[in-house]
Amino acid sequence: MVLLRLVYIAFAMPNAFENLDESQVLELLRNGDEATFAQVVDQYSGSLLRLAMAYVPSRAVAEEVVQETWLGVFEGLARFEGRSSFKTWLFTILTNRAKTRGQRESRYVGLAEKTGMDDDDAGTGVDLDLFIQAGTRAGHWIEPPHAWDHGTPERFALSKEIGEQIERAIAALPHTQRQVITLRDLEGVSSEEVCNIMGVTETNQRVLLHRARTRVRKTLASFAKEDSESLQ
Amino acid sequence: MNYNLKQQAMTYMAGNLTCQEVASIITEYLEDAMPFSTRLRFHLHLGLCFSCRNYLKQMKYTIQTLGKLPTEPIAPEIREELLRRFRHWKKDNP
Ligand SMILES: [Zn+2]
Repeated sequence: MVLLRLVYIAFAMPNAFENLDESQVLELLRNGDEATFAQVVDQYSGSLLRLAMAYVPSRAVAEEVVQETWLGVFEGLARFEGRSSFKTWLFTILTNRAKTRGQRESRYVGLAEKTGMDDDDAGTGVDLDLFIQAGTRAGHWIEPPHAWDHGTPERFALSKEIGEQIERAIAALPHTQRQVITLRDLEGVSSEEVCNIMGVTETNQRVLLHRARTRVRKTLASFAKEDSESLQ
Repeated sequence: MNYNLKQQAMTYMAGNLTCQEVASIITEYLEDAMPFSTRLRFHLHLGLCFSCRNYLKQMKYTIQTLGKLPTEPIAPEIREELLRRFRHWKKDNP
């Protein structure tokens, strides 16, 4: 099974610091160990770049923000006490720099940050067009969701085409929704830490996440449908 | 039982949540931020509603898919520049 083998490889990818805990990594960095620095740069820069893209209008600016973040890491290393994980600390530094940068680069991002909600959805953040809106069957599904088959997440993740469609859907989200879903779902940061990093309330964070997930699910639904039909 | 009555009985047993309401609070459920009584009604609805069970599964699959999206590495010249800066930083702050 080619698919199973691919999935296995994806899960078997070694962590660069398998044998070191974070305090040891930090100690090596403080001592100026270049190999360790190269490893953390390789491990985290992709995630930093992806998060930066949720704040600033272009990849070039995002790359600059990532560089500024690493410079911030040098400066902060001596003071970092390890109360949060290293990754969360990186995301916090990046978010602060990206916000400043985003506000300077483009006014609409700045405005969005002020209100904390740059959302054009009214109401609940549910796709109202999925539900019957009037009559005795109001609130019922117009077209009931069907079951996606078991290998769905793995198959989606391995498809370049679907991956690109998801990325496009995420890029099209309002900025704060994109920031929340990037941290919470793409990076797996806890909701509490997402609130700390972004400086939003728990409720606000959840509303943004809900709207973002609802939209991304809709994008995936078109692929899942095609897939189950092709099995028939 | 006529359709309406049956529908009403179903709605009552499903804790009075409509499918639309279930969809609108699904993230509260998944993020474990739901009051106990709502959670109960949510479960009641799911127990009776095949469509919402499918929707919940779709949402979980969506989240799992997002967690598997690969990142792109940064440009090699940026990486080199960062390593160079790290060397200099260490020299200036021994
Ligand atoms: Zn339902």
